[in-house]
Amino acid sequence: MKAIELRDVEVAFHERGREVRAVRGVSLNVEQGEVFGIVGFSGAGKSTLVRTINLLERPTAGRVLIDGKDITDARGAALRGIRRSIGMVFQGFNLVGNITVGANIRFALKAGGWDLEHWAGRTEELLRLVGLNDKATSYPADLSGGQQQRVAIARALANNPRILLCDEATSALDVETTEGILDLLRDINRTLHITIVFITHQLDIAKRIFDHVAVMEEGRVVEQGATFDVFSAPQHPTTTALVSRYLDVALPEQIAPDLPEGTLVELKYRGDAAFEPLITDIARTYDASISVLHANIEYFGTRPIGVLVVLVAGEARRTGEALARLRSRVLGYRVLTRAGKDDRR
Amino acid sequence: MNETWTILQENLPQALADTAYMVVVSGVVGVALGSAIGFGLFLTGNRLFHPNRVVNDIVGFVVNAIRSLPFLIVLVVLIPVAQWLTGDPYTPTGGAISLAIAAIPFFARIAEGAFSEVDHGLLEASQATGASTWHILWGVMLPQALPSLVRGIVLTVISLIGFSAMVGAIGAGGIGDMAIQYGYNRYDTGVLVAIVVILVVLVQVIQWIGDRIAARLTH
Repeated sequence: MKAIELRDVEVAFHERGREVRAVRGVSLNVEQGEVFGIVGFSGAGKSTLVRTINLLERPTAGRVLIDGKDITDARGAALRGIRRSIGMVFQGFNLVGNITVGANIRFALKAGGWDLEHWAGRTEELLRLVGLNDKATSYPADLSGGQQQRVAIARALANNPRILLCDEATSALDVETTEGILDLLRDINRTLHITIVFITHQLDIAKRIFDHVAVMEEGRVVEQGATFDVFSAPQHPTTTALVSRYLDVALPEQIAPDLPEGTLVELKYRGDAAFEPLITDIARTYDASISVLHANIEYFGTRPIGVLVVLVAGEARRTGEALARLRSRVLGYRVLTRAGKDDRR
Repeated sequence: MNETWTILQENLPQALADTAYMVVVSGVVGVALGSAIGFGLFLTGNRLFHPNRVVNDIVGFVVNAIRSLPFLIVLVVLIPVAQWLTGDPYTPTGGAISLAIAAIPFFARIAEGAFSEVDHGLLEASQATGASTWHILWGVMLPQALPSLVRGIVLTVISLIGFSAMVGAIGAGGIGDMAIQYGYNRYDTGVLVAIVVILVVLVQVIQWIGDRIAARLTH
């Protein structure tokens, strides 16, 4: 069941007399109950694209379907009804600063047409869900960034939405706070069965919670699929650049000159395939010495991608054969130069 | 000196009451209608709500046109209107009409500015909850803009006290009228000094109260 379907969505606006095409013909499907990620460098059009889902940004062309229903032309009361079923969380939290946390949540309850008698109970329930039971009478400025984002999540969930949109929801937070927010979102996704669309430029978020991912570049989706597949075997240069920035190993420059003779290679492989036996095997076959200088495994969801930096040494011709064999068995192969700068192949 | 004291005792309470009446009536009308017009200017000028260049330009032009006239001119131009509305323009009620007409566009720009200061992302987030524009006005924009609006009201009231003296100068009563009649026409420096002191104290007190309220509303 498709929760969200975008068909050839275009968004263009005029800025100082120039036409800016922020989104250029994007089509994608988000399945009911999944966490769908949109990644890309800043300026790729991610924020604009996600805003077409609740029509904060109206597409200049194309259609937006929610649960199979075309909402592209919804206006007035119908549009407000649709927006109540789609929560949204922002990078900057966007809480009303001059009213209390409780009042911020009641604002959404009133928008959702809740009866006055249920406000207090529902507010308490939402704050408990996000772990802020005792903060109803605090003002947003008295809370930490992570707590403010929790309030924003409670507000977004007030009207029992089926979809939650997160626009760089953790980008203003430190690493630990981000973990907490991601755990909360994962919980919400699993226990309340809310479909989440999360946009970010941070790959460590992508690998933690995304089921599927779309990579955006200059208003287009250049690659999409299951998160592990996209990131373990990137096809498009933008994806490669995003993954490299995240996974690449830079050896400290001072140790490089001290290394013995040989070729320094960085290898990326799917960590669910046993890899170490292969290295031993190749070393034996080609009579080369292969020493591991660095090993790392990153989990994308439950599936691992391994990164190894190895030093291959031995007789020149046989070493070449060993490298060729290694290269044929890995996802990513890169020769590192001694100065620490790399030579992409 | 005794004469000054007598003049003050006999005329000051009424003059103060007339000034207060003119400032309060024109202030209430100016703030109420000015807020509404300011909100309209904000809505028609904002991409998130009801952008309408034509309406925004027309209303903006009218507001600017009235604001470009010195108050004395507004006052004189409106004498026939005040006459028609109240029967006698040279009364506090007649004076309050021209003060209100001046206060409306003045406060409209203040209100528009206060609403425009409300964070764009916050308005977007409010719309994303499915709230109506009316609900966003009361639930988000008003709490956020209130400190600025209160400072704007203080500014308006202080300007109106100043303008009310001009209304007094054409004989509509109030503290300005008294200053002209006794202080200027009869060379009673004592009356002038007393009125100057009262005005300075009054403005300081209003500013102080306004600042306190604005600070209390900001979190």
